[in-house]
Amino acid sequence: MGSLLLQVAIGIALLAMLLSMVRFVLGPNKVDRVIAIDTMTVSSIGLIAFIAILSDSIIYLDVALVYGILGFLGVIIVARYFEKGF
Amino acid sequence: MDKEIVELIGGIIALIGSIFLLLGSIGLLRMPDSYNRIQAGTKASTLGTMLSVVGTWFFAPEWFGKFIILILFVLITNPVSSHVLARAAYHIKIPLTPKTIVDKLKERQLIDPERSAYRKKVKTQNK
Amino acid sequence: MKLKNFVIMFITLMGVWLLLNNSLAVPILLSGLILSIIIPFLFCKHCEVFTYLKFTPKSMWYTLLFLLTFLKELLLSNLDVARRVVTPSLPINPGIIEVKTRLKTKIARIVLADSITLTPGTFTIEIIEDSLFIHWIDVKSTDVQEGTKLIVEKFEKYLEVMYG
Repeated sequence: MGSLLLQVAIGIALLAMLLSMVRFVLGPNKVDRVIAIDTMTVSSIGLIAFIAILSDSIIYLDVALVYGILGFLGVIIVARYFEKGF
Repeated sequence: MDKEIVELIGGIIALIGSIFLLLGSIGLLRMPDSYNRIQAGTKASTLGTMLSVVGTWFFAPEWFGKFIILILFVLITNPVSSHVLARAAYHIKIPLTPKTIVDKLKERQLIDPERSAYRKKVKTQNK
Repeated sequence: MKLKNFVIMFITLMGVWLLLNNSLAVPILLSGLILSIIIPFLFCKHCEVFTYLKFTPKSMWYTLLFLLTFLKELLLSNLDVARRVVTPSLPINPGIIEVKTRLKTKIARIVLADSITLTPGTFTIEIIEDSLFIHWIDVKSTDVQEGTKLIVEKFEKYLEVMYG
């Protein structure tokens, strides 16, 4: 029963990422695109945690952590680039 | 407690989390300007991710270390990234939506423009 | 470099390392110990933010109360923003307002700005001297005093005791 609920949750999270992707494609300016990427990164942390439970391997949680760190650093660097333009 | 019931509770919490993620994305699509998109998008997803991770915790309690690190990581980095993005957006003059009723920061910068002058000075010093 | 900042950094790094590895085997303990001593020496230029952390029982108690208040605010405001998002007419009323803070120390201001940013509906755009400029999705009042009362006060009363 629990794992069935997790599969539904994976479906909903995937739909959420798809909607963020739509904003990424539409986004009228560059900041909107970065916001979409940020939302997708944060959502995918939850998604990868679900997948780790379903496939029963702890290594996916490390993947989620590293993915989160990379997304965070990417957003910071792009924002600095927008602001100071180095 | 029975393992089945624990997993059921975890599944429900994870489901609520993913619904919050979906609401965040819908907000990202519907909001009219970048600042309101930051409000809806990057922050509804904070609670969504936290609930998802807490929900999966019920399935595998022996992995608690990584779950704590993940929750703390989301909690610490998410406000920083949305603040930095919003400040960059304001600095490069991304327009606010016409619905906006007040902009005190602009008034402040008109009264005392030292802040932007300070930015320029720092920039030239770095070069 | 003060000893206190060094010790806080060391404990944080060691805690993260142990949580990540999830075991207390001797090689893991040893390598964690060595790394958590080397890293603060190399990168502790900005550790002075830790100077004002206090560990008295009173500040611990207020930290707990602060966390509870914060979680409550996080849930309530998330539900509020979710309600706004799904309402077909999109009832938003955004604006950038100015609020004042009484907090002086760096770390208290960091925690205050982060908590304001984490509760959906409000986020900090800029801090100039002692005023915070906040984007609010539903502006209830454009007055400085009124806004301070509505947004800052609930966190400030705990932070004032925690970090002075």
